[in-house]
Amino acid sequence: MNGVHDMGGMHGLGPLAPEPNEPVWHAPWEARAYALSSAIGAWRLWTGDAGRQQIEHMPAAEYLRASYYEKWIYGLVGNAVRHGLITREEAETGHADPAAPKRAPPLTAEQVPGVMARGAPKTRSVERQSIFQVGDAIRTRNIHPMTHTRLPRYARDKPGIIAALHGAHVFPDTNALFQGENAQPLYTVRFRARDLWGEAASPRDTVCIDLWEDYLAPA
Amino acid sequence: MSSHDPRSRHHDHDHSVVPSDPALRVKALESLLVEKGLVDPAALDAIVEYYEHKVGPRNGARVVARAWTDPAYKARLLADATAAIAELGYSGRQGEHMIVVENTPTVHNVIVCTLCSCYPWPVLGLPPVWYKSAAYRSRSVIEPRAVLREFGLEVPDAIEVRVWDSTAELRYLVLPERPAGTELLTEDQLATLVTRDSMIGVARVAAS
Repeated sequence: MNGVHDMGGMHGLGPLAPEPNEPVWHAPWEARAYALSSAIGAWRLWTGDAGRQQIEHMPAAEYLRASYYEKWIYGLVGNAVRHGLITREEAETGHADPAAPKRAPPLTAEQVPGVMARGAPKTRSVERQSIFQVGDAIRTRNIHPMTHTRLPRYARDKPGIIAALHGAHVFPDTNALFQGENAQPLYTVRFRARDLWGEAASPRDTVCIDLWEDYLAPA
Repeated sequence: MSSHDPRSRHHDHDHSVVPSDPALRVKALESLLVEKGLVDPAALDAIVEYYEHKVGPRNGARVVARAWTDPAYKARLLADATAAIAELGYSGRQGEHMIVVENTPTVHNVIVCTLCSCYPWPVLGLPPVWYKSAAYRSRSVIEPRAVLREFGLEVPDAIEVRVWDSTAELRYLVLPERPAGTELLTEDQLATLVTRDSMIGVARVAAS
């Protein structure tokens, strides 16, 4: 979707403000928000792509105002309600429905280091052959889906060169919608800064973007 | 229209789920999820502990220092970063598919995620606020040299600035140039010089 989250190339979004000796978290609630999001994911009811999509649905003004972990909480609550772990009423009151059965958490403290260290690879073995090879000229598709996509607006309908192939990766556009992983070739595409931004950009500079085959057409 | 159709999302927005006081809201949410048996509070503690103590930019600094001192390791790192980083014991969430990009006399690399805030957690820890900021996400692709200048880094016109927008599940780490005058330092000493910002690409590594 053409949401405010898709920020590449926008102007006027505030100053850069690096903070010396920044702590991992700025308040204990940020750590708990992070941990809750991580632990609730162990129910495996929604994917990381669906988690991102939920955050993208935050109203634009709220998205710009909210801090990073406030966005995570928004995503967590939205998906936990949608997938039946909690009700909207429970989320708003903070009290469990007395009639709801108590469940057993799928992630224990002992499992945490192993789960974190394993991660969840997104590569898949599929038959689909790569259409493009390194060095091929492509043009990104001019698409504006209402739904989740990882083709940024600034890189649509632009010419680029295939810089690397990465095998088949889960396709976020369908995975976020629970329409299947649709794993397909993932490429790194190199764009000239001038092709993206015009003559004001440095003639030497480039932007590399990781793009799935369905985003690309032959040049 | 399915429940997963984003056009049905309006139903979610009748009531704000963004807390006015996030600390209170998160506390209430945690007690709700614990009461329902959906999360184990000890697991939450273990997750916090893991990200406070097990991951962070010192991991990436060890990778860089090893690459600077061991040419065979550097070759493996550039060929298959995920495996080479795992040799040093770093792996997992948000680092499942690692790519290391090398700064050279002709190319300076910078990492960003314009669409959210993707970042290589196993080697750099959780991202700093500026990396997640709208300013960095929006500007670094359209005016990277101006952004670098604000970090105090002037890149000569003759050097290509190559920005990597982390749109997929590949996670990037910059291999900075080893500074001159560090020939006598050990790998451990070199690791102490390597900063988080140099591995994102918004700084160079200084010799001291």
